[in-house]
Amino acid sequence: MAHAAPARTGIHPVNLTRRPDFYVIGEIIPPGSRVLDLGCGEGELLAWLAENKNVLARGVEISAPQVRKAIARGVSAYQGDIDEGLADYPDKAFDYVILSQTLQETRSPLHVLREMLRVGRRAIVSFPNFGHWKVRAAMLFTGQAPKTELFPYDWYNSPNIHFLSINDFEDLCREHGFPIEKRYFLAGSTRITVMPNLLGQTAVFLLG
Amino acid sequence: MIVETKSAQFDSIALEGGTTLTPVEVAYETYGTLNQARSNAILITHAFTGDAHAAGVAAAGMSNDTGKPGWWDNMIGPGKAFDTDRYFVICSNVLGGCQGTTGPSSINPATGRPYALAFPVITIRDMVRLQKMLIDRLGIERLLCVAGGSMGGMQSLEWAVSYPEVVRCVIPIATTWRHSAQQIAFNEVGRQAIMADPNWSGGEYYDKEPPGRGLAVARMVGHITYMSDESMREKFGRKLRAKEKFGFDFGVDFEVESYLRYRGNQFVGRFDANSYLYITKAEDYFDLTNGTGRLADAFQTVETRFLVISFTSDWLYPSYQSQEIVRVLRRVNGDVAYCDLQSNYGHDAFLVDVAEQTELVRGFLDSTARMAVAA
Repeated sequence: MAHAAPARTGIHPVNLTRRPDFYVIGEIIPPGSRVLDLGCGEGELLAWLAENKNVLARGVEISAPQVRKAIARGVSAYQGDIDEGLADYPDKAFDYVILSQTLQETRSPLHVLREMLRVGRRAIVSFPNFGHWKVRAAMLFTGQAPKTELFPYDWYNSPNIHFLSINDFEDLCREHGFPIEKRYFLAGSTRITVMPNLLGQTAVFLLG
Repeated sequence: MIVETKSAQFDSIALEGGTTLTPVEVAYETYGTLNQARSNAILITHAFTGDAHAAGVAAAGMSNDTGKPGWWDNMIGPGKAFDTDRYFVICSNVLGGCQGTTGPSSINPATGRPYALAFPVITIRDMVRLQKMLIDRLGIERLLCVAGGSMGGMQSLEWAVSYPEVVRCVIPIATTWRHSAQQIAFNEVGRQAIMADPNWSGGEYYDKEPPGRGLAVARMVGHITYMSDESMREKFGRKLRAKEKFGFDFGVDFEVESYLRYRGNQFVGRFDANSYLYITKAEDYFDLTNGTGRLADAFQTVETRFLVISFTSDWLYPSYQSQEIVRVLRRVNGDVAYCDLQSNYGHDAFLVDVAEQTELVRGFLDSTARMAVAA
């Protein structure tokens, strides 16, 4: 049974609806938190959180043009590599460390997750679900690396270097003792509660 | 924007080296209007051979500079990165300089003659202390920002460490937290070129022919370090100067030789050789940690926001030096934004390649000003 994410009119501007996981993350984070966004892109989420939730916002992004846009937006973003960049932060420097749609692009996802939970009291991880039925069907019927709306790239130019499903992530958290506080599953901007690994396109996990 | 250089006098300044300079004068310019709350003031700190004339066009009668645009006129002005419709921008000539602020070419009241080498050795911290005196004189308790490139960046960092409660944000560009062996080495070549010129006469040349050859060679070396291999290849390549084939003599053959000679000679007309010695020494002594190497300690109490900018082709102040600052600020949980801007212009990029730099500075200042209002 699916239901739409509760509308909080006046809080979520249009630019967050483009990314349904931002919408969920925006709801999770309480006002006044210290937030670090890994792979912050052009800083849309951080700028929104700073504006609407009065958070202390920091970002890391490897792409110079995107960092430039984030800083121009007023976000304190740092041009650097997530895989190495977290080492400088002291323990529990942040209330929330966000990794949105980037876990599958990191070289060492396990290391990044450990570091997130070291520098943050909680971690929010969102990723595209490789177990979604369209991905499974694409693989089954074409016999080729799946190309879907969630994974739109050709195998040779994809930024994704790890492919994980919701179940894979649950297993990883169990094996490595990452406590899952909450989980949200989305198909488009609709929340999914039944058979998430088959029907969910995007998963958002709150760890800590 | 027609601007005039103003001057402020102070009875004395106590220097880091232990001596006191009496009296002291500062040349400065201002652009824009200080608001009622006195909260929109930005101090621009200039690089090695810069001066107080950062923006606008020098008014008639300003020495021989009438009509000359400021050295950062592409960054400061109405609608520019440092928007003078919105901010009150101040720039002063550094202590030890030769363009209106007290330096080795100023008259020593004890002798009635120029100080020359009787001028005390000064530091970046001394320069900043004098700027603080000027800011106090102007009735500004808190600066919105201190920003500068190269040696100006060193001053902005020193501001953040010496007067953290006075600066809301700093923008150190193409700079370092301590001078490296390579940076000291190039400065030493410049100093030796000046001191090897017989006209230097132990610094006592003010009533004689100045050491122009030595100063010009020093400037030529400097210009090489401000460019990049790529920008020199693009600008000059192996082009010959006003000839079809080699002269088979030691006159000017190549464009690049002509350019360096021109820049060197032009510099002699506007800069004092002893100021060159003193200011490069101040750069070389610069180390934000006073020799401990523990940068985190220097930044421990810093509440200031930072925007650190470096340039990919800058080999004189390489990006890693900016990144060291940024990493330490993260370690102490500082508020820091950083971008390594792509440019082929080498160290000169902060002066000439300003489109992306403008984008960064404008957004960063705007968000800092908004935070200041909220706080």
